[in-house]
Amino acid sequence: MTQAVSPQPSFWKKNQQKLAPWLFLAPGLLMFVIYVLVPIFESIWISFHDWDGLGAKVWIGLGNYAELLQDDAFYTSLKNNIIWLVLYLLSIPAGLAVALFLNQTVPGIRLYKSLFFFPFVLSQVVVGLMFTWFYAPDFGLFSKLIEEITGQQIAILADERFVTYGIIVAGLWPQTAYCMILYLTGLNNINPEQVEAARMDGAKGLKLLWYVILPQLAPATFIAMVVTVIGSLRSFDLVSIMTAGGPYGSSQVLSYFMYEQALSEYGFRMGYGAAIAVVLFLIMMIFITLFIVRMIAQERNA
Amino acid sequence: MFPTPIEKASPFVQTAYKVVLPIALILWLLPLIGVAMTSVRPASDLAAGNYFGIPSGFDGIQNYTAVFRDSPIGLYILNSFKVTIPTVIGAVALSCLTGFALAVYKFKGNLVLFFLFVAGNFIPFQILMVPVRDMTLRAGLYDTTLGLVLFHVAFQTGFCTLFMRNFIKGLPFALIESARVEGVSEWRIFRYIVLPLMRPAIAALSVLVFTFVWNDYFWATVLVQGQHAMPVTAGLYSLNGQWVAAWHLVSAGSIVAALPPVAMFFLMQRHFIAGLTLGATKG
Repeated sequence: MTQAVSPQPSFWKKNQQKLAPWLFLAPGLLMFVIYVLVPIFESIWISFHDWDGLGAKVWIGLGNYAELLQDDAFYTSLKNNIIWLVLYLLSIPAGLAVALFLNQTVPGIRLYKSLFFFPFVLSQVVVGLMFTWFYAPDFGLFSKLIEEITGQQIAILADERFVTYGIIVAGLWPQTAYCMILYLTGLNNINPEQVEAARMDGAKGLKLLWYVILPQLAPATFIAMVVTVIGSLRSFDLVSIMTAGGPYGSSQVLSYFMYEQALSEYGFRMGYGAAIAVVLFLIMMIFITLFIVRMIAQERNA
Repeated sequence: MFPTPIEKASPFVQTAYKVVLPIALILWLLPLIGVAMTSVRPASDLAAGNYFGIPSGFDGIQNYTAVFRDSPIGLYILNSFKVTIPTVIGAVALSCLTGFALAVYKFKGNLVLFFLFVAGNFIPFQILMVPVRDMTLRAGLYDTTLGLVLFHVAFQTGFCTLFMRNFIKGLPFALIESARVEGVSEWRIFRYIVLPLMRPAIAALSVLVFTFVWNDYFWATVLVQGQHAMPVTAGLYSLNGQWVAAWHLVSAGSIVAALPPVAMFFLMQRHFIAGLTLGATKG
């Protein structure tokens, strides 16, 4: 993109301002369209077919969706996704609590903050292995503790009643760390004058937190909400590592159910998998739309 | 400051805080401490049922050597680097360009494109899985690190564009205007005026993308099958299947797999947190 050498103002010179953004966008946009945008529509298309990934696709219309409505595993996954979504949100108040606890200036506090944040940097594979081991019957620390308290052994990850909750707790660990760091940054940027003024008026403790501090932390809360909701619905790694959906499919979530149907040892059911993915996609689109609408409103105000 | 600074509290509360702090930290990191201790445990401890107690001796060197000697974890780590480093370079480079375009130019569809990138960032991976796997197979890139790199670059570009665009929006626009008045070409404005100012954003994004991609497990299992291209997350999972009950080795393997992003985090902490908390302070 060097200056063109020509007697008249060249086409490039005249239109540089108009063309430049598209040239800058081209490589990134191209990759994004090929790998993200187009595959979404392809998946929707595939979901109307019976396809093993190799042979010809057979059009079956809404057949996959009809089958899905009859599939118990689908309802189990859906139910677990809702449990994930609701309980995962606990990481937001938990993160706020930890942030409030750590928002002091005693010596060494910086190191404490980093170490509290530490779980977020770990891969979910590592987190999953750690917690599997933590829960292991007979010797796991958590199992030992439960045995001390209740007098009986509970194999969390092998018990249909507890397995999903056990996995969610593992997920809450790094997620809380993430919310904590958002709130610590938020607390750092709070307007001290407003806080002092409120204190003069006699506000303190929870009242001060609720009426003065939390409104100022709204941007942090928004990001925490976005990331937590999306993260809860995307949960795949922990389920795959800790239980592979078991026992008897009781810890399935849509993302893992989809993977298992499309690429499992029981055969490749790409069409059925794509249909599950479309359902998950539509559920997430509700939240994505809400988030984007709010972001657009902010953009307009800026 | 909220909550009230502890210095203003009674000496008792101050002392209590300083005592509670390390206890809270130990409880918080308990799973991690357990794994770290077990990774240096002699195998005999496990046989004796000593899983969470103090190790009876230090076998760290033996355990870590065993992990590298008896498993392909060295290869897995190398593969992870082969995936992660090109992805970081690719995604950051592409998003410098897209972020610049969306921040500096007013054109029809600007906001639509921007929010397309943002939304793409939030979708479930499963909606992409079947077509991306199929495309990678047909391109002959299945089971290669390049196949993973291309996907990750494309996907991470969404997040990076959001970040870069907002960063460039915060730069003084007068700089660009005055350069235009002087007849500097758009490319030179990008290359010599804006890019040098983007260093902090580039650093922040590099560490973030490094961590995200290093820790990716889903695509590592979808796009790779064989050892020769397998990243360490998927590799660790398969090792876990082989080393049933050899928890001292699994622990050592986990620590090894976690080390590069952890090192990255502690070395580049300021950038890392600046990246993660972008937007957490202003509307």
